Amino acid sequence: MASATSNVGNDASGEPLLPEPWTVLRAARETPDVVTLEIAPSAGSEPRRPRPGQFLMLYVFGIGEVPISVAGLGDRDAVVHTIRDVGAVTHALCQLGPGDTLGVRGPFGTAWPLEHERGRDIVIGAGGIGMAPLRPVVTAIMADRASFDDVVVMYGAREPRELLYTDEFASWRAADIQVEVTVDHADHAWDGHIGVVTTLIRYADFQPNEAAAFLCGPEIMMRFTAQELVQRGVDPRRVHLSMERNMKCAVGFCGHCQLGPEFVCLDGPVFPWPRMERLMAVHEL
Amino acid sequence: MHEAPEIHRPQPPTKPGCDRAKSSHQTQRRRGKIPDVTVVVARDSFDTLFAALARRGYECVGPTVRDGAIVYDRLRSPEDLPRGWTDEQAPGHYRLHRRNDEALFGYVVGPHSWKKFVFPPERRLWQLRRGDQGFERVDEPSAPPRYAFLGVRACELAALGIQDRVFAGGEYAEPHYRDTRAAALVIAVECTESAATCFCDSMNTGPGVDAGFDLALTEVLGDEHVFVARAGSDRGAEILAELPTRAATAAELDAARAGVENAADQQQRRIDPEALPELMAASYESPRWEQIAERCLSCANCTLACPTCFCSDVEDVSDLTGEHAERWRRWDSCFNPGFSYLYGGEVRKTTASRYRQWLTHKLGSWVAQFGSSGCVGCGRCITWCPVGIDLIEEVAQLRGAQS
Repeated sequence: MASATSNVGNDASGEPLLPEPWTVLRAARETPDVVTLEIAPSAGSEPRRPRPGQFLMLYVFGIGEVPISVAGLGDRDAVVHTIRDVGAVTHALCQLGPGDTLGVRGPFGTAWPLEHERGRDIVIGAGGIGMAPLRPVVTAIMADRASFDDVVVMYGAREPRELLYTDEFASWRAADIQVEVTVDHADHAWDGHIGVVTTLIRYADFQPNEAAAFLCGPEIMMRFTAQELVQRGVDPRRVHLSMERNMKCAVGFCGHCQLGPEFVCLDGPVFPWPRMERLMAVHEL
Repeated sequence: MHEAPEIHRPQPPTKPGCDRAKSSHQTQRRRGKIPDVTVVVARDSFDTLFAALARRGYECVGPTVRDGAIVYDRLRSPEDLPRGWTDEQAPGHYRLHRRNDEALFGYVVGPHSWKKFVFPPERRLWQLRRGDQGFERVDEPSAPPRYAFLGVRACELAALGIQDRVFAGGEYAEPHYRDTRAAALVIAVECTESAATCFCDSMNTGPGVDAGFDLALTEVLGDEHVFVARAGSDRGAEILAELPTRAATAAELDAARAGVENAADQQQRRIDPEALPELMAASYESPRWEQIAERCLSCANCTLACPTCFCSDVEDVSDLTGEHAERWRRWDSCFNPGFSYLYGGEVRKTTASRYRQWLTHKLGSWVAQFGSSGCVGCGRCITWCPVGIDLIEEVAQLRGAQS
């Protein structure tokens, strides 16, 4: 007879809850309350290379830990994160400079399925800090530009001064990527679009029945953008969203990130629209 | 979804209790399959059992009376067991009464469950100190506690199996849970009586046990006070071999089987587990949630008493020097304010949305996530709800609203 409890445990060894020390290589202020960090493992460890769409758990010694999406991949094992200062932990992260240590767990979650959308038109819809997880999609497309047809970035922020990566727009456009930007509230210098992201769809050049979309931003923005794209003929299964929920563990233990049947940490954060459409329509789910 | 290895797959799908004829086979199985190797252990041999556990280095934990309830705690001798006690349970109601016999297990489940041992209410996950690499771990992973769980009921075996899938059945394993659970010896006790809040029979998790234990006991209060005993593992067989035993008589086997059947027959509350995921998914917009919220205090008692609820929060702390940091994990609840906090506010601000999260997860989406219902039919959430909200009644109301 086997032990009654021999079915407990599996090959999943290791310490999924223990952060590893990483070092800040570079820190750059993007906007008054947003900082981009490039970080790399301190020790000789060989972490898994994250894929765009996935997230890492970033820990500041003694203060706490937050999930932050991958905003870019640097040389070797380096990872780029863009962080908005909205709470105790993100505030501490935004104070870090080159040489400082932080803790890292991950990468966790699902990635943007860009490789499955080769040969298509690509619609990227970003709202606010939601541009950060989509930046590596733009980078990946630029590195493999011939594999995609028309590519458009639709990006909205509340104010012009909150727009991220504005110094990269020229290189995106140079790679034959259409970049349409809108703001909710313009200032005197603004001569671009005003309004929500969905209002940019009419300016975007793409063939709906040939397109795939990657969306990240406030839920209301993703929901209405997805609805509009599908209405125009985009296959709903080719509309991908990056969701956000409270997360403590990132490995399915803490229960916080549940959205209906989904664990956003394990099953997401990137989901196809058909799995989100009904759930996002339910108030306070 | 959690893709558990094959070995972690749940028991074959249980049949619903509403169709009694269809589920007769399953019910029969749960009502006391007593294998041929069954022996009896006399009540007087419990001292020997405790000595055998101590000799193996086990800390025996199990039911004991404290503060007017039967709780799970360290047992130093059989005298710590709730001898001659029984419990009376109803929605929002729990009382202990004296029995007119000397039964050691003449009650069902109280406010505690075994999760407090394998998934402690509060636990330090790690300690770090600043070092050459930025920081380094200072606490060495220690040997897991070595528990002997004495008096694990059928519904609780099912609950342990569910938490196994949550904490150790997926892509990641929680090391403390995995090691504590693997080290623990499980001595199950079949129920021969049910409380008014029990519904394990319809959930197909009890009242008899058929797997997942090292040793199983069924208490028989006949001319002689004995326990029908069977081993479920080598570890259990070794311990049983050290106890004075004799072959069970036919009368004793009949009495054990009748006791378990009696427990099943006493259960008035029933639920149809197979139909629940669909009902829950179809009920997101039900007006019933608002009606429940008029009574629900969002106090989280149901989630703390539930033997399968696993949500937790963490707190990071450091000492005054800033050189030392720790992370603590504590039980959390989907009823707590802040549980669903995101920058900008909580996703679930209302009690209605929190109760909906709890019930639709427990009875519905849990199946998609972990391959079984999150409910084992123990009735704790009914008994320990301070306003007596009855899960069975709420399911009936949701179903009524559907048809």
